[in-house]
Amino acid sequence: MSKQYETVIGLEVHVELATKTKIFCGCSTEFGSAPNTHTCPVCTGMPGSLPVLNKQVVEYAMAVGLATNCGINQYCKFDRKNYFYPDNPQNYQISQLYLPICHDGWVEIETAAGKKKVGIHEIHMEEDAGKLIHDEWEDCSLVDYNRSGVPLIEIVSEPDMRSADEVIAYLEKLRLIIQYLGASDCKLQEGSMRADVNLSVREVGAPEFGTRTEMKNLNSFKAIARAIEGERTRQIELLEDGRTVTQETRRWDDNKESSHAMRSKEDAQDYRYFPDPDLVPVRISDEWMERVREQQPELRTEKLARYEAEYGLPQYDAGILTGSKHLADVFEQTVALCGRPKEVSNWLMTEAMRLLKEEEQEPEDMKFAPAHLAALIGLVDTGVINRTVARTVFEAVFKEDVDPERYVEEKGLRVVNDEGALKQVIEELLAANPQSVADFQAGKEKAMGFIVGQTMRAMKGKADPAAVNAMVRELMSR
Amino acid sequence: MSILDLTAVALGKKIKAGEVTVVEATKAALTQMKTLEPTLNCYVTIDEAGALKRAEEVQKQIDDGTLSGPLAGVPVAIKDNLCTEGLLTTCSSRILYNFKPTYTAEAVKNLEAAGAVILGKTNMDEFAMGSTTETSAYGETKNPWNPEHVPGGSSGGSCAAVAANECFYALGSDTGGSIRQPSSFCGVTGIKPTYGTVSRYGLIAYGSSLDQIGPVAKDVTDCATILETIASYDKKDSTSVDRQDCDFTSALVDDVKGMRIGIPKDYFGAGLNAEVKEAILAAAKVLEEKGAIVEEFDLSLVEYAIPAYYVIASAEASSNLSRFDGVKYGYRTKAYDGLHSMYKKSRSEGFGPEVKRRIMLGSFVLSSGYYDAYYLKALRTKALIKQAFDKAFKNYDVILGPAAPTTAPKLGESLRDPLQMYLGDIYTISVNLAGLPGMTVPCGRDAKGLPIGLQLIGDCFQEKKIIRAGYAYECSRTYEAPMLAKQAADAVRITGAAHITGAEEEGRSDE
Amino acid sequence: MANIISDETIEYVGILAKLELSAAEKEEAKKDMGRMLDYIDQLNELDTTGVEPMSHVFPVSNVFREDVVTNGDERDATLANAPEKKDGAFKVPKTVE
Repeated sequence: MSKQYETVIGLEVHVELATKTKIFCGCSTEFGSAPNTHTCPVCTGMPGSLPVLNKQVVEYAMAVGLATNCGINQYCKFDRKNYFYPDNPQNYQISQLYLPICHDGWVEIETAAGKKKVGIHEIHMEEDAGKLIHDEWEDCSLVDYNRSGVPLIEIVSEPDMRSADEVIAYLEKLRLIIQYLGASDCKLQEGSMRADVNLSVREVGAPEFGTRTEMKNLNSFKAIARAIEGERTRQIELLEDGRTVTQETRRWDDNKESSHAMRSKEDAQDYRYFPDPDLVPVRISDEWMERVREQQPELRTEKLARYEAEYGLPQYDAGILTGSKHLADVFEQTVALCGRPKEVSNWLMTEAMRLLKEEEQEPEDMKFAPAHLAALIGLVDTGVINRTVARTVFEAVFKEDVDPERYVEEKGLRVVNDEGALKQVIEELLAANPQSVADFQAGKEKAMGFIVGQTMRAMKGKADPAAVNAMVRELMSR
Repeated sequence: MSILDLTAVALGKKIKAGEVTVVEATKAALTQMKTLEPTLNCYVTIDEAGALKRAEEVQKQIDDGTLSGPLAGVPVAIKDNLCTEGLLTTCSSRILYNFKPTYTAEAVKNLEAAGAVILGKTNMDEFAMGSTTETSAYGETKNPWNPEHVPGGSSGGSCAAVAANECFYALGSDTGGSIRQPSSFCGVTGIKPTYGTVSRYGLIAYGSSLDQIGPVAKDVTDCATILETIASYDKKDSTSVDRQDCDFTSALVDDVKGMRIGIPKDYFGAGLNAEVKEAILAAAKVLEEKGAIVEEFDLSLVEYAIPAYYVIASAEASSNLSRFDGVKYGYRTKAYDGLHSMYKKSRSEGFGPEVKRRIMLGSFVLSSGYYDAYYLKALRTKALIKQAFDKAFKNYDVILGPAAPTTAPKLGESLRDPLQMYLGDIYTISVNLAGLPGMTVPCGRDAKGLPIGLQLIGDCFQEKKIIRAGYAYECSRTYEAPMLAKQAADAVRITGAAHITGAEEEGRSDE
Repeated sequence: MANIISDETIEYVGILAKLELSAAEKEEAKKDMGRMLDYIDQLNELDTTGVEPMSHVFPVSNVFREDVVTNGDERDATLANAPEKKDGAFKVPKTVE
């Protein structure tokens, strides 16, 4: 490649809001129910049905806008986006085009390349579509409207990103903010957060943007990174071949690591937006906006500072713990129960992180009850179990959310405090290892470590390490 | 005199007094249908079994005192664009083939709560698009005054059924004159209320920003009573208005002294039939003699209402009717090749020509590059029209004019030239654009014997003023029923209770 | 006639509106639409500079529902009128190639 190219990326991020009901009807938004069990005339487009706006959707959208430095349109409206598809029961989606609720915000991201601001063009409210299930036996598709009408916000960024790293940093930042607000759980795999990537390339220094494509069907951060790389390469190859990029929507296939155009003669992409006559405008008073701002929960920066000041945690640890809303919640709830912030932090920072990595999970996937971690810490503090055993117990808490007290009893993991038994084990070991005793007495401290290890093994880890240490030293020194 | 000659309120009184039973009233209407439906075709679906069953239930509730309102036990006909749970609702379109709603429209629920007995669903222009009830997929309705003429539209089935005594009153809907114009052509009374007064929940939308449900009946008293019953603030309709002044019957007072009535000169220009003009001016004279102050004024912008209306209504319709796609309900074509073929064939076979015409126009005016020039321009025009009315209502309590430029045309005449047919709505359409209440009251007949209707227009939320004016005018004359209705009713009285045969439960379809 | 509607326009509007017109219907539609647009063009006589487009007649705003579940399992009602259904879902022609 002779020329240097720059990648220009903008994102359209859809986030399902954590409301109990749909945006325009009283159906539940519960995930994973049998097809069409959360439906009514409104969210299935029955003739004569009419939408009524869920107030909580406006509050969440406003909260996200305020937390991302957006201006709020204090007079906003809903428009109909007209297109035919079976997952869209009315064949129009209620969305916002002309007067979206939030506009012109930004978030700051940090990558290896440094800090930068990514602009947010607008945030609008809209309804989600239903789900199409492809029936392989009958060569047909089945439509489930349970998701139809679930509230979404679409966050449209400016074309401010230049690499996959920046895109991931931006998405993680958005996710963190939205999770902290409680506006969504933002799970990519379950589809409660979805990103479409608008990407173009241009020669470095070129004043104009190149022709962009829109990439859909990106279900993980990894898929997003791969799709960006794939699309960048595809566009550069086209340009190098003297061809042009076509403005189109493409679908990413993460298994094949390639994309294909979603073009169809029947897909005119002319959405004929117009104000929805069935809905009235939303007027947001200064007071309402202030109320939402005041109710805004503690965000990450504040939390981070508080963890350092209040709990005396190192900045690094506070950073990891606040890097996930769920992790921070688990931390705080456990501390509230056991009052040992450093201890709780240690468990989460080392053992929990190790297990998450092993299981290829996100902190959001941790399911155990904070009370169980608190109980575990209590067992260590009171000497009921030692640290080695405690790690095994933590693993059981982490994976199966067991009650540590019961678990320790059932598995017989209590520390053995029988001095006679301990003395007997050590003396047998010393008798079998005279060289170690000689080495120790010659000043080789390491030799004692070997005997301690052997003792712990013989005691099946249930001995109190401090007691073992003391007795081994005493007996070896004789 | 037959039961059938009674107004809804008069029948309600007789039922309450025990002089007539609900079943008798229901059977009388059903018998009248048996006699006249082959000629008139007012109904798409007649729910004979359901009506008779309901009549007995309502009678019990009247007897035990649960139901005591003025409309308790009075049989009603419902326009076929209002959803009725379990009862076929077609909008007179093939696309809603065999569609049985799973819920009932709010306005109909309000009637049911007041003890209404639903006789069936009335014919209409397909999706309320038309002014003659000839665009129905289930055949045209004919005018009871002369079956060679149209009843008007789109609520032609409701208005003809009331005139022909095939029901005691009916519900219609009015998007551009669809209650007032056929009321005029059929010699009955109809009200299009202020936008937001009657919930639109369950009304299958044509032009959502213009649609309103309203009553059709024999006189102003009935209409005021029905409107009082169906008006409600409905949280399911975001455009519903929370009104505290829905005691419309309180305006039934024969007194217009000092009422300021404006006659828009713009409504009396070229295009207005001379006989219609004469009848309207005579009606104005009656009100003047009763003490109203009547004067002419310039309303302005009248000629722009129709083009603005067709842009707005067609645009909304193109979107509202996109849900009819063969996926969730209604008609699905038999043979297709893939999804889009299924969509296109189902819709092309399911919609009639007038509906397609408006969907095409609406899709075009909203399409990329035309939105500002057509749609926004129309919405700005609408704002100006509203301003013109606001100005007029500073000076007048009521605006008086014709409901239509002519009496009912002959069958087949109007559809030959759609644009010409659209022009016939010139006096009614601007009322919908401005959200105003309007009412038609019969005010005579032309040389051919066809009825002429007087239109009274009020400012927003001022139904009581037009009801008062309409009532005062009505007190000066007596209700006339078409000969056909009277003859059929006489036959019922002579032969006694006619034999009632099994109902067409599934309603009709062309399948 | 000032507005001449081309075959391409009718074809395009047909795609937007999901209507398939026969050759004769297309000719008719071209004529009808051209005539309607000529008529609608009358609006251009009106000076609407500075006039706000009016969507709603009344200045009503902020009509909301509270976020409370009011609907139960209405699956049977939802599917009651389906032309074709299977496994509690609406059945449609295959949507992916």
